[in-house]
Amino acid sequence: MRDFISRNPLLFVFLIAGYAFLYLPIISLIVYSFNESRLVTVWSGFSTKWYGELMNNGPLLNAAWLSVKIGALNATIAVILGTLAALALVRFRKSRGHGTLGVMVTAPLVMPEIIIGLSLLLFFIALEDLIGWPAGRGQTTILIAHATFSMAYVTVIVQSRLAHMDPSIEEAALDLGARPARVFFTITLPMIFPALAAGWLLAFTLSLDDLVIASFVSGPGSTTLPMVVYSSVRLGVSPQINALASLIIALVSIAVLVASVIMYRSEKVRQDA
Amino acid sequence: MSQSRNQSTESWSAPDAEPVVRIEKVTKRFGEIYAVDDLSLDIHRGEFFSLLGASGCGKTTLLRMLAGFETPTAGRIFIDGQDMTEVPAYLRPVNMMFQSYALFPHMTVAQNIAYGLKSDPPDREGRSARVSEMMAMVKIEALATRKPHQLSGGQRQRVALARALARHPKILLLDEPLGALDKKLREQTQFELVNLQERLGITFIVVTHDQEEAMTMSSRIALLKDGRIEQVDSPRRMYEFPSTRYAADFIGSINLFEGHVISHSNDMAVIHCEDTDSDIIVHHSQPLASGMPVTVAVRPEKMRVNTTIEADQNQLHGEIKEIAYLGDVSIYHVDLPGGKRIQFTQPNMLALAEQPLTWGQEVQLTWHPNGCGVLTQ
Repeated sequence: MRDFISRNPLLFVFLIAGYAFLYLPIISLIVYSFNESRLVTVWSGFSTKWYGELMNNGPLLNAAWLSVKIGALNATIAVILGTLAALALVRFRKSRGHGTLGVMVTAPLVMPEIIIGLSLLLFFIALEDLIGWPAGRGQTTILIAHATFSMAYVTVIVQSRLAHMDPSIEEAALDLGARPARVFFTITLPMIFPALAAGWLLAFTLSLDDLVIASFVSGPGSTTLPMVVYSSVRLGVSPQINALASLIIALVSIAVLVASVIMYRSEKVRQDA
Repeated sequence: MSQSRNQSTESWSAPDAEPVVRIEKVTKRFGEIYAVDDLSLDIHRGEFFSLLGASGCGKTTLLRMLAGFETPTAGRIFIDGQDMTEVPAYLRPVNMMFQSYALFPHMTVAQNIAYGLKSDPPDREGRSARVSEMMAMVKIEALATRKPHQLSGGQRQRVALARALARHPKILLLDEPLGALDKKLREQTQFELVNLQERLGITFIVVTHDQEEAMTMSSRIALLKDGRIEQVDSPRRMYEFPSTRYAADFIGSINLFEGHVISHSNDMAVIHCEDTDSDIIVHHSQPLASGMPVTVAVRPEKMRVNTTIEADQNQLHGEIKEIAYLGDVSIYHVDLPGGKRIQFTQPNMLALAEQPLTWGQEVQLTWHPNGCGVLTQ
């Protein structure tokens, strides 16, 4: 690093500028979450009182709990469905139509959220008319909506992991007398576990972040955290929101950090092997 | 090595011997491509059998059908007398050592070896005893708790071997078992594999593209070409009596002279060749007819530089054009008067001897009628 600075001082300045551009807004938000003043933009001294008040804000805490609940459930569903989809895609990679299917599964990644939200809303209404389920919009519809696009991310992650796996490892297990189910649970699953963990964390944060899609498919009594934040910001930013945002940043950073450590470690083992 | 094996175990030549593997008119098609084409083959108990061939000849597909990873398009496969054509891999009494070794990366060496011993032996003590026995057999006891990524290539190869043998299979399939090892280790491992096979008495079926490897280890070799068998024989017979031009050319180097039969008796034939100054006399054991177009095949090491001409020897003369010094032997490329280039080899007997043969030198080469063969295909 020191070598790099002395040899390329100008590049180092660019580097600093780039990271400043990315992180200064976030840092200022965290700094102001410790502001004593009620006015968000006026610094009047250090205090943690907004964190304390946050803990007493019932609706906000309820929304946060709902978001975490939906996030965790969504991540679990997305990992199961995404893994199954990835397995199918990798197994059939020699068959015709594989390319099209592979591209189609990644479509939700590039589709505008507004379109996904709107289409899901229309779908849920049509479905309710047809079979009476899901009755109204609420937690269930948010969960289904989130699982829909999270699954696409998980599929991509797991698929790339599976594609790098030596197919003869599974064959070796079959050859040693293990039935396909045992091969899956004792060989395939442990080997792709890092991808599953990373996929779960990614799906969790995606769900925690989402405002647009949730706004379309939510109903009365199912207000997620981003929705509460957004609506309260419209009435004027309270320092409580700063505190909440700081907590969310901390949570998401930890999740991303854990995910990347898991991926890095397993990648290293794979390359050594 | 191969010589002693041939004398001790010739189970394949006994007429009533029941083969441990019977491949019956097996065809495997991938789309329009015939990977294996109407192939029949018997492999006998205790053989060290090699499937040899260039890449794409179908040898790996054949091995994978024996393991149960591919199903034949047509034909049947019997293992130990039982029809195994449709039996899935996990129910077959065979085990395979993969080219990539395919060790389970998340398990230790001991866990890898124990994976196939789910309920046989039934008790935990029996299973761990088997694991220890296997690790001792391939001398990796010290590595029991290591993970595959902490092992060297040679150690991984041993773990893969121990894992495949742990279930006491009737047949061990080895896909390019030495392909990933460096030359010195490969030569040493060849002999270890042969010794292991003789000690265990398990039938080994090896896929290899390396003719030297096949020659060193095998009791018999099947040479494959385009999904069909070109020749099945012991290494020695394969080398000395190739049955086709392809087989002659694939194994070792050889000089081929096109010609036709002038006269023949029971075991001798006289062949006229365009490229040689005089007719070639050959010992043979196949039906020939006068005028029949044939190819005379002479191995480079069967030719000798001679100053005197002996009546019962074949002879040619030519000019040395290239010399390749390989240490133990030198290879000489010789141009015949007709323009054809042939080669002969000569051991380098004396360390600092003055080069007895040199570029541009005219030489007289002779060889015995026993030292060459006639090919009709």
